[in-house]
Amino acid sequence: MSVNRKALFRYWKVSQQSRVVATLQYLVFMASLVWVVVHGANQMGYQWQWYNIPEYFYKVFEGEIYPGRLIKGLGVTVDLTLWCVGFTLLTGLITALLRMSDSISGRWLSTIYLELVRNTPLLVQLYLFYFVFSPIFGIDRFWTGVICLTFYEGSFVAEIIRSGVQSVERGQWEAGDSIGLTRWDNYRYIVIPQAIPIMLPPLTGQIINLIKHSSIVSVIAVADLTTEGRNIIADTFMSFEIWFTVAGIYLVLTLSLSMFVTWLENRTRVRT
Amino acid sequence: MTDTDKRVIRLDNVSKSFGNFQALKGVSFDINHGQKVVVCGPSGSGKSTMIRCINRLEEHDGGSITVNGVELTDDMANILAVRREVGMVFQQFNLFPHLTVLDNLTLGPMRSRGADKQQAQGTAMEYLERVRIPDQANKYPSQLSGGQQQRVAIARSLCMKPKIMLFDEPTSALDPEMIKEVLDVMIELAEEGMTMIVVTHEMGFAKTVADTMIFMDHGEIVEVAPPSEFFSSPRSERTQLFLSQILSH
Ligand SMILES: Nc1ncnc2c1ncn2[C@@H]1O[C@H](COP(=O)(O)OP(=O)(O)O)[C@@H](O)[C@H]1O
Ligand SMILES: [Mg+2]
Repeated sequence: MSVNRKALFRYWKVSQQSRVVATLQYLVFMASLVWVVVHGANQMGYQWQWYNIPEYFYKVFEGEIYPGRLIKGLGVTVDLTLWCVGFTLLTGLITALLRMSDSISGRWLSTIYLELVRNTPLLVQLYLFYFVFSPIFGIDRFWTGVICLTFYEGSFVAEIIRSGVQSVERGQWEAGDSIGLTRWDNYRYIVIPQAIPIMLPPLTGQIINLIKHSSIVSVIAVADLTTEGRNIIADTFMSFEIWFTVAGIYLVLTLSLSMFVTWLENRTRVRT
Repeated sequence: MTDTDKRVIRLDNVSKSFGNFQALKGVSFDINHGQKVVVCGPSGSGKSTMIRCINRLEEHDGGSITVNGVELTDDMANILAVRREVGMVFQQFNLFPHLTVLDNLTLGPMRSRGADKQQAQGTAMEYLERVRIPDQANKYPSQLSGGQQQRVAIARSLCMKPKIMLFDEPTSALDPEMIKEVLDVMIELAEEGMTMIVVTHEMGFAKTVADTMIFMDHGEIVEVAPPSEFFSSPRSERTQLFLSQILSH
């Protein structure tokens, strides 16, 4: 135990040192980047108006605080993402199960879906949904966005789930079979619980992709963060400030998600 | 009882191929209620494949297997019915690492026997005492020694109240000092009258427990005999060779 502690501490010290170096490198890089941008903008004669930005986050009116346009846009992005996460996991799970099932038609169906989605551009898929399927079925912009993104990301999630499930040893299945579990119970009590810790990191990556890809709905004018940014720029011409701000908001969103999942992983690792 | 009543397992001309390779070439035998069979033979001779066919972890592709009066076919309900009556202990234990010892033992009875939680836990503790590790109930498998893990695995099978127990080299993955504690549990089980098929090279155990020895080679049963005969005067040359190799070290 004490030996383990020591090794752990040494590891911590080393990783701490390399983290300091990495942070320094990062700061130097960012400082040069900022300098280049500021210098370039000044050369162009760009008028920075950062003081105008806060009103797009919040407004105070008669003593009450109201969300600004960027925050409203962020709300739509989060809303869209949350719906997509739910539907994506479901689609991914069903596709993965079909792909691994004994049913030939199930395997075919999932394979066709995977090949179609992964080999056509996301933007073209969005246009297909928006101009073809949505008018036919009378679906609004928001849900068109949700369905299209679900369709796209679901294919990646399916593969993550499949490889997670297949990474669980065959002996685990067999032990489940030998105590008379049905296939479904085997998945539910034995395989999936063991596959989840394996799937968590790539799934997080996929959700981060989902957040980023969700900006594509701005081309069908869903009022998400990116659309709001575009609209504000159309009104005010503050393109530098707004795009930096929008990118920053996406960054905060994705980084806090991955930090949350890292925390979650550490917690589950301690338990077992 | 008539002969057919007593027969709990019947293999009739069972064959099984993996691709072009024929792992079982027409294997036949009957096992009666309470019988203890020890199967031995060189590595790759089809021992595992044969006993795994009995609870359908492998699907045989010729002949017929009848367990407890139920013939194994594609019918999933039949397969589940057979698996509930047949316990299996694996070389690698195959405990569920994400569940505590107690949960390892209660899962089967609760999900496939429809037992309620209290009932299942009661049974589980009973069998943990039988395998002499009741104090480990709330640990995770990785916290136990190999011998303890294998005893948990035996208890997990027993919690299903099986009529037949299959053991596939249950002590081969164990450190030598842990083999005895597992074999002792198996000997006890045999004394209580369990029907058992054990694949093992522990010949001491075989002499103590077996009433029938089966020697397999190249996917065939070469020799079937009571242990006294089997060890003192094996008929086939292949058996003699195998025994001389295994008993010499
Ligand atoms: N899943 C499988 N796929 C292909 N070949 C297999 C498989 N399982 C077993 N075999 C082959 O079948 C033969 C018998 O294997 P097995 O029954 O495990 O032998 P034993 O248990 O007697 O050592 C071996 O040659 C092995 O390579
Ligand atoms: Mg084997």
